[in-house]
Amino acid sequence: MTAAPAVDVDVLAAEFTALLGADSVITDRQRLRTYECDGLTHHRVVPAIVVLPETAEQVAAVVRGCAAAQVPFVARGSGTGLSGGAQPHAEGVLIVTSRMRRILEIDPANERAVVEPGVFNLDVTKAASPQGWYFAPDPSSQQVCSVGGNVAENSGGAHCLKYGFTINHVLGVEVVTPDGELVWLGGTTRDTPGYDLLGAFIGSEGTLGITTKVVVRLLRTPESVRCLLAGFPGVDEAGTAVSSIIADGVTPAAIEMMDALAIEAAEAAVACGYPEGAGAVLIVELDGPAAEVEQTFAAAERHCTDAGAFEIRVARDDAQRALFWKGRKSAFAAVGRISPDYIVQDGVIPRSALPQVLRKIADLSSGTEIRVANVFHAGDGNLHPLVLFDDAVPGQAEQAEEVSGAILDLCIEQGGSITGEHGVGVDKSRYMSRMFTDDDLDTMQRLRCAFDPAGICNPGKVFPTPRLCGEVPGKHKGPHPLQQAGVAEQF
Amino acid sequence: MSATARLIDELGAACEVRSAASSDAVDGVAPELVACPRSTDETAAVLRAAHRLGLRVVARGAGTKLSWGAPPSDVDLVIDTSRMDAVVAHAAGDLVVTVQAGLPLAVLQHALAPHGQRLSLDPVVAGTTLGGAIATASSGPLRYRYGSVRDLLIGITVVRADGTVTKSGGTVVKNVAGYDLGKLYTGSLGTLGVVTEAVFRCHPLPESTRWVTVNAPDPRRAAAAVATVRGSQNDPVALEVDRLAPGEPVSIGVALEGVAAGIDARCDEVARLLGEATGSRPAVAAAPPDWWGRLPHDPVTGPGATLSHEPAALAAILAEAPGAVRGSAGAGVLAVGLDPARVGADLDALRALAGRHGGSAVLRCTAPGVKEGLDVWGPVPAITLMRRVKDEFDPEHRLAPGRFVGGI
Repeated sequence: MTAAPAVDVDVLAAEFTALLGADSVITDRQRLRTYECDGLTHHRVVPAIVVLPETAEQVAAVVRGCAAAQVPFVARGSGTGLSGGAQPHAEGVLIVTSRMRRILEIDPANERAVVEPGVFNLDVTKAASPQGWYFAPDPSSQQVCSVGGNVAENSGGAHCLKYGFTINHVLGVEVVTPDGELVWLGGTTRDTPGYDLLGAFIGSEGTLGITTKVVVRLLRTPESVRCLLAGFPGVDEAGTAVSSIIADGVTPAAIEMMDALAIEAAEAAVACGYPEGAGAVLIVELDGPAAEVEQTFAAAERHCTDAGAFEIRVARDDAQRALFWKGRKSAFAAVGRISPDYIVQDGVIPRSALPQVLRKIADLSSGTEIRVANVFHAGDGNLHPLVLFDDAVPGQAEQAEEVSGAILDLCIEQGGSITGEHGVGVDKSRYMSRMFTDDDLDTMQRLRCAFDPAGICNPGKVFPTPRLCGEVPGKHKGPHPLQQAGVAEQF
Repeated sequence: MSATARLIDELGAACEVRSAASSDAVDGVAPELVACPRSTDETAAVLRAAHRLGLRVVARGAGTKLSWGAPPSDVDLVIDTSRMDAVVAHAAGDLVVTVQAGLPLAVLQHALAPHGQRLSLDPVVAGTTLGGAIATASSGPLRYRYGSVRDLLIGITVVRADGTVTKSGGTVVKNVAGYDLGKLYTGSLGTLGVVTEAVFRCHPLPESTRWVTVNAPDPRRAAAAVATVRGSQNDPVALEVDRLAPGEPVSIGVALEGVAAGIDARCDEVARLLGEATGSRPAVAAAPPDWWGRLPHDPVTGPGATLSHEPAALAAILAEAPGAVRGSAGAGVLAVGLDPARVGADLDALRALAGRHGGSAVLRCTAPGVKEGLDVWGPVPAITLMRRVKDEFDPEHRLAPGRFVGGI
């Protein structure tokens, strides 16, 4: 994107040290390496400078320094992202928000909390739950992932089937724009006049600016939460159960599926004690008013039985419910027990295409050394195939990459998406043109040009080819043509 | 050949085009021509021609909300989307529907109902099309539980000012690939492009719906009743208030949806809470009260405003707001019917009130000419960025010029 600038790193570091203090600026190569990757660990780039600001004003000052020197910068929260969205720029500044970890306000009367971007997702719920409220987005990494990162990635989680994504739970963000200005997008109420820049900013993967405060919505803790674990002979039967539950008009809080290989891994890792011999398990969770959930839960149970579940366990209490979830939530890490290396894939298909897509995924890996374990948010068709391989065996890594990519092609063929929640980042920018036309991507980048004409804010992410900004006719400096002049006094 | 006839000739290659009638005026501003494309391709062709000719363009669906926002500074061409009125695809098993922009919301609901589904969006104005709902971001009582238009929209096709066809989002509910431009277009009053198709997530039709209503004698008790329901665990889908004039009692309506076997118990609990908070006797009904989901002012000539506020400020809002107040107290977004004789003064009072409670007040609609000299939008944070967005998407400012914030 931006040509590598001929800026003296020492000069910039000295400027930041004067602004932030010496203990907030890192230039030592060894210490910089701590930040060389996010959760996508096979992409590593050591940044030129790392800064650890403590306030929004400090973030703005650092960004102004970058803008003046035309040096690229990248924001990073907890570094748990799985698409390399926070991968540093080798000649750039990495702005880490981990010292901005204050919860500024918990306000149940207004159903909101105000937090700094480095606050851990789960800590919002922990702070609000004594008063009976919680923050709905619940990515699997919620104990350590940051709310600022959730905003950047539009994070979902298991319960987004019913409750939606980060975008549905944020009222406003204070951001530092790529030219170093502090502005609010949205606010503390639902509607603010003007373009919904908040909606466009959330999920922009750190390419439009850096979040420095977040006003999140809080939801009332549900009266009743009921959860079942069902064992099926195979994924087809489990898929049928999912379709029947949805077709019956029931919207569960979550429906998660794991196939035999994923179950095997989870058992090896956390001994979750899932039904023996299951070719697939479903976790179905419903929440809401007790009078409602009693009925819908019974219906969900019935649909599982009708679809061929050979064992259904109903959680007696929160402890057993946590046990059901333990296998699911540990699944990504658990495959490490059954395979030396693995790729976590993230794709989306229309839910109704699930059985045929799973068969095709099986076909892709058959005849190779590569195995695929499937874990998914079955309710919304979000697949997380785990592609298992051994890097020590020559050729396997390439083969795994091939299978992983072919899975994304399947998703696109089915009218789905190349990412449901992990983001595009550096990992999938090359797939974007399979899902979108050049005109689509050009239009998206017009938004980027409005925010970041110099292309210094997390460059090289999301888009396969950067759009040069400022080539648009009519990027006027002075007063605009007649029509605007005509209404100017009206406002 | 007259200038108009020549334009009809030029644009007519793209789609059907006619001279404008007086009824085609956009909030009092008369266009020359009306184009009636039948598809995205025809829309693109007519916009390419308009681009070549430098025409200023306003898109129109059913034309129910043309008086919303500011009047355009000028219009040459109206693009009438009402012939793009098809349900393109309904993936019932996936709860996703793709529609053309000119499809009326009521027709869509009629098409979805046999599948036990709906779009969880209220018709704020009768006859509204989905393109119009997107352009104006208009939503009613159901937004409390299901969100507004932007929360239901998962994909969109838009033709840019120069005729380029672009999509964002997709046809699956969960999707974070690329920027979600559907959010940006929602509520933009046609100033960034012409919407031709949209993809929405659907919800199952509830087995049963009930309305619990009560009258609160004063704002304090009304606000207490709303707060107690918001803080309860009954999961209402809508939480509305209606106050005809300052000093009048406040009607409160709570809508509950769910399975028939559970709904009565939930209604009883909500009724108990409302009764305790207001000291009045609540009623439970299978139909909404007559004011439900209707604007408290004429939807075309108003004069009407929208008011957003922090939910906890409801007592102050109900006590101090001028005019007739009705809307989602749960979401903190209310419609206000203003006194035609004092629109400017009422708007100022409303804006000052909203400002004290974290919100904003926007003048929604008036009779032609009334908005002249009035600040329709009030303070707009991030206006500089918004201008830059407009410059990128419509560099010549030919789409609905002047209709939006800051003269955009």
